[in-house]
Amino acid sequence: MPTMKEFGTPAANTWCPGCGNFAILMTVKQALVDLGLRREEVVAVTGIGCHGKFTDYINVNGLHAIHGRVLPAATAIKLANHRLTVIGFAGDGDAFNIGLGHFAHAARRNVDITYVIHDNLIYGLTTGQTSPTSKKGFVTKTSPRGSFETGVNPLTQALTGDASFVARTFAGEPKHMTEVLKKAIRHQGFALVDVLQPCVTWNRVNTYQFYKDRIYKLEDEGHDAGDFDAAYHKVLEWGDRIPIGVFYQEQRPPYHTSFPALKEGPLVDRPLGVDLKKLLDEFR
Amino acid sequence: MKCSGLFDDTVSIIIGGEAGQGISRSGMLLGKALMRAGFHCFGEIDYPSLIRGGHNFYRVRASSREVHSSTPHTDLLVALNEETVSIHLDSVNEEGGVIVDKKLRFDPGEMGRGDVVFYPVPMTEIVKELEGPEIMRNTVALGAVAALIGLSLDSLKEVVAETFEGRPRIIEMNVEALQRGWEYVVEYDYGFRCNVEPGERPERIWLTGNEAVALGAIAAGCRFYSAYPMTPASPVLHYMFAHDEDSGLAVVQTESEISAMLMAVGAGYAGVRSMTSTSGGGFCLMTEGLSMAAMTETPVVIMLGQRPGPSTGLATYSAQGDLLFAVYGAHGEFQRVILAPGDVEQCFYMTAEAFNLAERFQIPVIVLTDKNVIESHKTTEPFDSSKVKIDRGELLTEWSGGDEYGRYRITEDGVSPRALPGTMNALVLANSNEHMERGFSTSDSSLTNDMVDKRFRKTPHIKKAVEALKPIRVYGAEDPDVTLVGWGSTKGPALEAIGMLADDGVKARYVQVAVIEPFPEGLPQHLKGKTILIENNRASPLGTLIKLNTGYGFEHVALRYDGRAFTPHEIRDKALEVA
Repeated sequence: MPTMKEFGTPAANTWCPGCGNFAILMTVKQALVDLGLRREEVVAVTGIGCHGKFTDYINVNGLHAIHGRVLPAATAIKLANHRLTVIGFAGDGDAFNIGLGHFAHAARRNVDITYVIHDNLIYGLTTGQTSPTSKKGFVTKTSPRGSFETGVNPLTQALTGDASFVARTFAGEPKHMTEVLKKAIRHQGFALVDVLQPCVTWNRVNTYQFYKDRIYKLEDEGHDAGDFDAAYHKVLEWGDRIPIGVFYQEQRPPYHTSFPALKEGPLVDRPLGVDLKKLLDEFR
Repeated sequence: MKCSGLFDDTVSIIIGGEAGQGISRSGMLLGKALMRAGFHCFGEIDYPSLIRGGHNFYRVRASSREVHSSTPHTDLLVALNEETVSIHLDSVNEEGGVIVDKKLRFDPGEMGRGDVVFYPVPMTEIVKELEGPEIMRNTVALGAVAALIGLSLDSLKEVVAETFEGRPRIIEMNVEALQRGWEYVVEYDYGFRCNVEPGERPERIWLTGNEAVALGAIAAGCRFYSAYPMTPASPVLHYMFAHDEDSGLAVVQTESEISAMLMAVGAGYAGVRSMTSTSGGGFCLMTEGLSMAAMTETPVVIMLGQRPGPSTGLATYSAQGDLLFAVYGAHGEFQRVILAPGDVEQCFYMTAEAFNLAERFQIPVIVLTDKNVIESHKTTEPFDSSKVKIDRGELLTEWSGGDEYGRYRITEDGVSPRALPGTMNALVLANSNEHMERGFSTSDSSLTNDMVDKRFRKTPHIKKAVEALKPIRVYGAEDPDVTLVGWGSTKGPALEAIGMLADDGVKARYVQVAVIEPFPEGLPQHLKGKTILIENNRASPLGTLIKLNTGYGFEHVALRYDGRAFTPHEIRDKALEVA
């Protein structure tokens, strides 16, 4: 089984020193090692933004897609070869601005993928514009008087969208993050992991300290992840206290199990060519 | 086997009424019954974008020779409502007939067509007696049609029984409705001169271009189909869903065309043959995915079924206005192939071949069609799956693990051997950023040049592959007075026009540009005599491409952009004017 080192690549890392992405990269590798997954069995799909470099830095199969389109690409990869473990990575802009239209559909379909949001509440790679998850009043180049839009809450979106696994973790808590990621990857169905990830260059509000002062762990307070109402209550909490952990989890058949053509095994294994005779009879 | 129409050697029948009156199905069934009685048929559906009301009509044209298109001349008009009579009566040939529901209120004497015979049939009454739904009026009408033209009722009964297989009560009612319609007319000797003499049932199939596209994809081993409903391409999606299990296909109705395209690309990356279909508006949304397929070198097939634009345009009609959009749409410079089938047979074989081209060159391939070719029915020889060769190009099924696998290895022909995710010892990294051989992102000047050049080194090989597909197809006279040039669905009416021109003493040929991109070599050598460019658009984009690629400019053009197909007569008249 591969080691942490083997999940690394020789590509030069270009994230800012202190960026929360380093912790996400490390804990994803750790989760894959802990789960005993081989590199060839895993596909990482990324969008556009600082997180998008992930496919350069993690030594698994990868599809670096385009802005906002991680989910349709990841959905199809899972359907084409459901033996693969598919993990999508997206920034908050990628997932909840341009890609929001796909989110509800991947969730309701219960596509068996993990969707990791690098949620830094700001646009990083395009040098500091407001993000859909930026909080009201947040000042950026594109919200000079403070954002007057209400921020998107990824977790309420996930719950109302019928996601079967909804979690949040924090880049400053690597152990917690590893455990949450392992649960998400093991979960059979659509698993959202919203990672609070400080952007050390552009976001001077939602810093490591900001989160350290506020976060608490749901598991420490006896939260029942099987209780939808309790989960819905918890995901609305954002203020002096910010919960992290698994908010909600339910078991329901993942998307690919409903396709009749997949019953005999992955599509990618099926030999090509079909006898047309029966199909043509309909037109004779 | 004989077929005598009132105008030429074809019998042309219109069934018209409101949306929801089963017009399309009756037309399809009549065409199928005529095929089984030994004839060649062409069927065209004309409908506005609505579900109830409006005017729909289906035109079936049959003959003992191959029929390539509709004609504006009608031998027999079946009217399920008054409006159908007023709209189509002018098109009815002298001594032609009009079958109407007896309950319709109008006075044939006031219609100014004393030369046309009206056949009132108590369709509504018969349906009531049979306690059937009102929609069954069209079945009664079909019985009457059969009696008038001399088509045996058996073939109609057979196709009705097959259509409603598993619903014995419906079959029984419909068979009785056919019988009653037939009896009502056959009792009287009207002396209707247009008739058919059925022959042996031929080895032939009757289907639409959409169905042929779907079958072509299935024959090629398409395993993943994702699409968003959009007229006129939705029937491919319906067909795929209806046959997913038998054909080993995963079919997804997506949330948008953006998603449909990205899913097709994702599935292509994972190693299955994948496809999506849409019309122009959906293709707009697909262009970012098209560009991504190009940069990631992922095989994917897109069927673009055109309709008139810009924007929503005429949603249920036909056009050829997206030619240059298909050629140039999407950002960045990259290779693509565009195949343009002109009939149902070409829809099948070209779609099947599209998958080979996509995988051999790891590029997007567009099958460019239009409503006229994909929603019209035509009889054709049964497709031969043994003629569909599967060539997946440089696909690696294993990797030794000696060297590190690089998805974008620099090669002489530009094609990098393609491993699939899941292959042991190989990690497959596809990247929408410019990238190195291993797939990692780069913005390095020399690495960029190397990778761009690698992709462009495919060009001569793509051209060679395309030349093998007979990208320019010539029909008609060897030594013509007039050469008609076109693409896609204009083939049908053009071939009909060539036949008419021969009767006029004018030798004509039709040159079909069947591959649009890369533009085929040698077109000018086929342009003989006076030349006319024929397109279903306003700005003649094929003319633009021909000028660009060959320098040849057309003196004469025939353009039609009202959403309707050319009639053979329009093309003939233009040729006579020029010749």
